[in-house]
Amino acid sequence: MALTDEQMERYSRHIILKEVGAKGQKKLLEAKVLIIGAGGLGAPAAMYLAAAGVGTIGIADADEVDLSNLQRQIIHGTPDIGKAKVKSAAETIAQMNPDVKVNTYRTFVSSENIRELIREYDFILDGTDNFPAKFLINDACVMEKKPFSHAGIIRFKGQLMTYVPGQGPCYRCVFKNPPPKDAVPTCKQAGVIGAMGGVIGSLQAMEAIKYIIGKGELLTGVLLTYNALTMEFHKIKLPKDTHNCAVCGEHPTITELIDYEQAECDRK
Amino acid sequence: MTITVAGEKKEVKEGLTLPELILLENVETPEYVTVSVNEEFVASDKVADTVLQEGDNVEFLYFMGGGCHGVDR
Repeated sequence: MALTDEQMERYSRHIILKEVGAKGQKKLLEAKVLIIGAGGLGAPAAMYLAAAGVGTIGIADADEVDLSNLQRQIIHGTPDIGKAKVKSAAETIAQMNPDVKVNTYRTFVSSENIRELIREYDFILDGTDNFPAKFLINDACVMEKKPFSHAGIIRFKGQLMTYVPGQGPCYRCVFKNPPPKDAVPTCKQAGVIGAMGGVIGSLQAMEAIKYIIGKGELLTGVLLTYNALTMEFHKIKLPKDTHNCAVCGEHPTITELIDYEQAECDRK
Repeated sequence: MTITVAGEKKEVKEGLTLPELILLENVETPEYVTVSVNEEFVASDKVADTVLQEGDNVEFLYFMGGGCHGVDR
C-alpha cells in the first residue's frame, strides 16, 4: 500500500525523520494498538497514536464520562458527560484522523475476555488505575506473548515500563502481587495533577510508536519515574534475573489468569 | 559511608540496615515497597536482615495506579 498525497502531507513531519520515513509511517498505518482504559493515561495516548496514524486502535472501557474526569481525560469534552467513554473517544479520533479505524469494547477486562481481546493487537497499553487490572493485563500479555506498556500516576508522580516477551522483566517480576485493598492510595483518594496523564500517557504512546517502527531503545528492564515537583526523571534499572517470576519465569506457578478483588471505594 | 539512594549519593552511618534506611527516607507504605540493591531485588523476608555496604545502589519501587478503571468490581 502506497501512501496517498494527503497522507504524505499529513505525516510529513514523521516522514522527514530518518528513523520513520515512508516505511515507518506505513508500519504505523498497518499497526494495531489496544488501549485498556480511556482515562487519564489512555486519553492522551489514544490521541497521539491516532494523530500519528496508527491504523487500528482498540479502546476497552466500560465507564461513562463523568464531570470529574474532564480535568485530565482530554479525549472527552463537556458535551460527552454521560456518554460511554469508548464512544466519546472514538468520536474524537474520527474527527482527528480518518485514517484510523477504532474498535471499541465497552467492557471491563477480566480473566474471561482479556486473552481474546489482546490477541489481534501488536502492542497493548495499560491505562488502568487499579492493581487487579494491571496484574491481569501483565499476566495476559505474558501468556499471549504480547508487548505492553505499563504506567501508573498519582499526585505529582508517574512511572512506566515496557514489557517485550523475552527482553526483560514483566510487571510481576517487580511487584509480585497486588497490594491488599486500600493499602495503596488511588488517584480518586489521593488526587493527581491532570497534566501527569499527558506526560506519562504520551510516553506510553512514544513506546508504542518506537516498538512499531523498530527504532530506539524501549523501557524494557527499566522503570522510568517522573516527579513533577522536582522536575526529575529517573531510570531505575530492573534486575535482569526473571527466571523465578511466577508468570514469566522458567517454571511459572501462575498458568491461569486471576481476577483479584478491587477496593469498593473506588467504584466511581 | 556513601551509598546511592534513588540516584542520589548520600552519606550514611556504617552498618546502616535497610529498615533504618526506609525510616530515614520516609518511604511511603514501606510494607508494600519493592527494594532493589545493586540491581537485585531484596526479597521481602530478607529486608530486615539486609545491612548496607559502602557504594550500594538502593532503589525503591512503588506501586502506582492511576489512569482509568479497567476491571469490574
